[in-house]
Amino acid sequence: MHALEYSPTLPGYAVARLTGGTRGGPLTLLRLAHRTAPALPGAGWVRVRPLLAGICGSDLAALDGHASPYLGALASTPFVPGHEIVARALEEDGSTAPGRVVVEPQLHCGVRGVRPPCPRCAAGEPQRCESVAGEGLDAGLQTGYCCATGGGWATELVAHRSQLHPVPDALDDRDAVLVEPLACAVHAVLRSGAQGGDRVLVLGAGTLGLLTVAALRELGRPGRLLAVAKHDHQRRLAAELGADAVATPATMLRAVRFETGARLVEGRGTDPFLLGGADVCFECTGTAAGLRDAMAVTRAGGTVVMVGMPGRVTIDLAPAWQRELVVRGAYGYGIETHAPLGGGDVEPPRRTFEIALELAGRLRLGRLVGDPHPLSEYRAAIAEAASAGSRGAVKVAFAPGVGWAA
Amino acid sequence: MGSVMAPRPGAVVEVTRQTPPLMVPNGDGYVLQRLPTGARVVYAPDPLPGLRDPDGAIRRALLNPLDSEPLPALLRAGMRLTIAIDDISLPLPPMRWPDVRQRLVEAVLDLAAAAGVEDVELIVATSLHRRMTAAEVLECVGRRVFDAFWPDRLYNFDAEDPEALVELGTTDQGEVVEISRRAAESDLLVYVNINLVAMDGGHKSVSVGLAGYRSLRHHHNVHTLRHTRSLMDPPHSALHASCDRMGRLIEKQVRVFKIETTLNTDTFPSTVGFLNRREADWSWRDRAAAYGFSRSMAALPHARARDLFHRTRSPYALTGVFAGATEPVHARTLESIYRQHAVPVKGQSDVLTAGVPYVGPYNVNSIMNPILVFCMGLGYFFNMYRGMPLVRKGGVLILTHPLREEFHPVHHPSYIDFYDQVLASTRDPKRIEEEFEERFATDSWYRQLYRRSHAYHGVHPFYMWYWGAHALEHLGNVIVVGGQRHVAERLGFLAASTLDDALEMASQTVGRDPSVTHLHTPPMLVADVEPGAYDTGVP
Repeated sequence: MHALEYSPTLPGYAVARLTGGTRGGPLTLLRLAHRTAPALPGAGWVRVRPLLAGICGSDLAALDGHASPYLGALASTPFVPGHEIVARALEEDGSTAPGRVVVEPQLHCGVRGVRPPCPRCAAGEPQRCESVAGEGLDAGLQTGYCCATGGGWATELVAHRSQLHPVPDALDDRDAVLVEPLACAVHAVLRSGAQGGDRVLVLGAGTLGLLTVAALRELGRPGRLLAVAKHDHQRRLAAELGADAVATPATMLRAVRFETGARLVEGRGTDPFLLGGADVCFECTGTAAGLRDAMAVTRAGGTVVMVGMPGRVTIDLAPAWQRELVVRGAYGYGIETHAPLGGGDVEPPRRTFEIALELAGRLRLGRLVGDPHPLSEYRAAIAEAASAGSRGAVKVAFAPGVGWAA
Repeated sequence: MGSVMAPRPGAVVEVTRQTPPLMVPNGDGYVLQRLPTGARVVYAPDPLPGLRDPDGAIRRALLNPLDSEPLPALLRAGMRLTIAIDDISLPLPPMRWPDVRQRLVEAVLDLAAAAGVEDVELIVATSLHRRMTAAEVLECVGRRVFDAFWPDRLYNFDAEDPEALVELGTTDQGEVVEISRRAAESDLLVYVNINLVAMDGGHKSVSVGLAGYRSLRHHHNVHTLRHTRSLMDPPHSALHASCDRMGRLIEKQVRVFKIETTLNTDTFPSTVGFLNRREADWSWRDRAAAYGFSRSMAALPHARARDLFHRTRSPYALTGVFAGATEPVHARTLESIYRQHAVPVKGQSDVLTAGVPYVGPYNVNSIMNPILVFCMGLGYFFNMYRGMPLVRKGGVLILTHPLREEFHPVHHPSYIDFYDQVLASTRDPKRIEEEFEERFATDSWYRQLYRRSHAYHGVHPFYMWYWGAHALEHLGNVIVVGGQRHVAERLGFLAASTLDDALEMASQTVGRDPSVTHLHTPPMLVADVEPGAYDTGVP
C-alpha cells in the first residue's frame, strides 16, 4: 500500500521546527512510502480504504514540530497521519463492503480490547481513556497517531468495527469527511455548559471554528453568537453558518465589548482587555494569542472552551485567576449526556458521531472542502492546508486512492 | 483717517484657462487643485470689519437689551445665577486670545458682583459633546474667571447625571424637555453664545446645549434631519423648529437672558494669510508661500501636521453682540451672520466639490475620523445653502480628504464601534437609527467614558450620520479624492486618486461635461441658491 509516513527523528524535528515544515519547507518528518498494510490487530478489526482523508490542524502541528511533546508520548511512531476519514470497509474476503463509513478514530479501551475497561471508559467517557499509552494496542490517542492502525493518509488502514459509522447515501464524500471535526465541534458545544441566552464567542474560523458556529446554531440558539475570523471568506462563511456578527482579530476586542456591553480597560504594559464580556468563549485557534484573547474577553465566572489543540504556550493566567474563569478542554468526542445549551440531560445518552452525522445531513458542509489531492502531491497539499485561510480554502483533503495504477 | 474700502462681497467666479489652481483643504494639509474650465467657484465675502470697541459693545448690549430689562435690573443679591457658555466646538478654529466668551463672562460677572450676587455657577454647555479639559476651559474663559470658579463653580455639563437634570414638560409635539437642573432652578440663566454659522444659537443653545439624550432624540433623528433644508436656514429647518418649541417651553419656566455674538470670516492668521484670499488675488509672494506651505505640510508626518494645525488660533473679530430675549436677539444674529456669509448663486450644478479641512466642530484638538469627514461633507458642506442645495438632485459630491481609518481613542470611542460594527452592517440611516441607536445611547461603558473621561457620548456618531441624511437621499454619488479606498467603501463612497479621475467617475452618474461648483471654504459662507439654470455669474 501507499502511505504518508510520519517518522520523527531528532535532527528532522529540529529542521522542521526551524524551517516550518508545513510552510513549503522540506517536510523532513513526512515521506511517501510503499509499505505493507498494517496487520489486523485481532477480532473485530477490518481493513478500510479511505476515499477522502482530511488534513487537520493537529496534523500540521505535528509536521512542523510544534505539537506538544505531551502528545508525542501518547503516539507511537512511525505512524500514518489522518484521522478525518471517509472510506470503504473491506469484507474478510477482501471484497468491498456495501456503503461507505466514517471512522471514529478514538482508540479507547473498547477498541483496544482492554478488559475491564479503564475507569473513564467504564464511566462512558472514552475520550478520556487511560489506556491510550499502549495497553492492548500500541500507544495512540487516535487512528492516525498509532503505528498499529495506520491512518487516513494511506490507501489502506485497519479499524475496529465499533469505530465505523455508516454514511447515509445523501451525504457525499466531502460532506462525510467533515463528520469527524464536526463531532469535535458538537462535543465542545455540548460540553461547554453554554445556556440558551448566553453571549457566545467563537475565536477562529478555520474548520473547527466554522463547525463550532454551525453546531451552536444547530444545537440551540445562544442569545448572541459572535465569531472572529481573519479572512474574508471565513467571515462570509461564519455569517452563513449562523454567526450574528463577525469581527476580525483587529476589531475583536471592541466587537465583543459592543456585543456584551462590557467595559474596555487599557492599562500600561498590558494588552487591552474587557471587564465583562462573553459568557462562553470557544477558542478554536489553539494558539497562545487565541488563548490570551479568550481570557481577555470572557466575563468573570465565564467559560473558556479549548477546542483548538494548544501546544506549549506562554500566557498570563492572572485574568483566569482574578475572573474565576472556567477553562475547559474539549477533546474529541464520546458519549453525550448533556442536552444542547442547558436543555437538561440527553435521554438516552448518544454517541457524538451519531449527532454529528445527523447534523452533517442537515448542514451539507461539503462546500468547505476543496478539490482533494492525491498522496503524491502531499507537499502541495500540506502547504495549502498550512495557509488555507490566506488561500481562501477551509478544509484540504487527500484522495488516497487516486493516482495509483489499478 | 484714510478712506476705508467696503469689504468685497462673496462671489461666484468662473474657472478659465487663466485661473490658477485652487488651494483646497485636504485634512491635515492643503492641495493645489485645478478645476475644469467652465466650473464655478463660490468664494466667501471678505471679512467684515470688527467692532472697534468690543468691550464697549458688549456693555451696551447688556445695558440695552432687546425685549428685556437691562441685565443689571435682573441681578440682585441672594439670587441664583447660572451662566452657560458654548463649548469648544465653536468657533473653528479656536479664536485668538481673548476669546469672546471671556469678554462676555467677565462683563456679566462684573455686573453680578456689583449687584451682590454670590450664588453663581458657570456651565460649559457641552450637551453630548466631550467634556472640555481644564486647559480648554481656561482658554475660553480666561485666567481670572477660571481661577475663581474652576472646578466647583465652573464645570462641564453632564447629560448623564440624573440628579443634574430636570424634566420641564412636553411640547405640543410630544417632545420631552429635560435640561440642566441648575439652569432650570436658577433665578436667571445667562447663555453666552458664539454664532459661527446660522445653525448655531437661538433656542438651540439652551434646548440642546444643556440637554441630554432624552430631549435630543426628538430632533437629532433621521426624520427631522431629512426635513431640515437646510441646517443653515433655520426657518426651513425641522431641527430648529423642534428646538424652538422646546425653547419656548423652557422659557415659560426659566428666565433666560441670551447673549449672542457674531464673528467675521478672518479665519487664518497672517502667516498663512493667503488662505483668506482668493487665488486670483495672490501676489507672487502668496503663491510661493502657498506652494511651500502645501508641500511642507505634505512632507510632515500627518500626526505632526495635525498638531501644527490644531495650534492655529484665528484672528476673528467680533461683528455683532446682541443681548436680551432669545428670539429677537437671534433674529439680529442671523442678519449679522448672513451679512457676512451670504453669497448669491444662480442655479444648481451637477457636481459640487469641496475640500474637508483638518478641523470640524467635533474634533478640536482631536482627529477628523471618517465619520466626521462624512458629517463635514454631507452634513455641513452640503447644507451650506439657503433655497436649494448647490448640487442638483441625483448629482455628485466630490470631497477631497485623505480619509484615513484613524480615530481618537479617548474622544471618539463609540465612533470606532459605529464604524466597525454599524457601518459593516448597514449605511441606511433609518435602519441604523432603529437597530443600533438605543444600544449605543445607553451603553454603560460609553456613559462612563462620557462622564469621567473626555469621550463624546455613545450616541454622537449616530447624529453625525443623521446630519448627512438629507444629502444621502439627495445625492447620486459621493467621491473622495485622495481617500483610502476601503474607508470610502465603508462609508458608501467611491475613492479617486485625482480630481480629474473623480470627475470621470462622476460622469457615470451625471453624464459627460457636468456643471461643477466648488465651495471654497473655509472661510465660511452660505450660498443663497436661486432657482434657474446653472450660471457661472459671468455676463
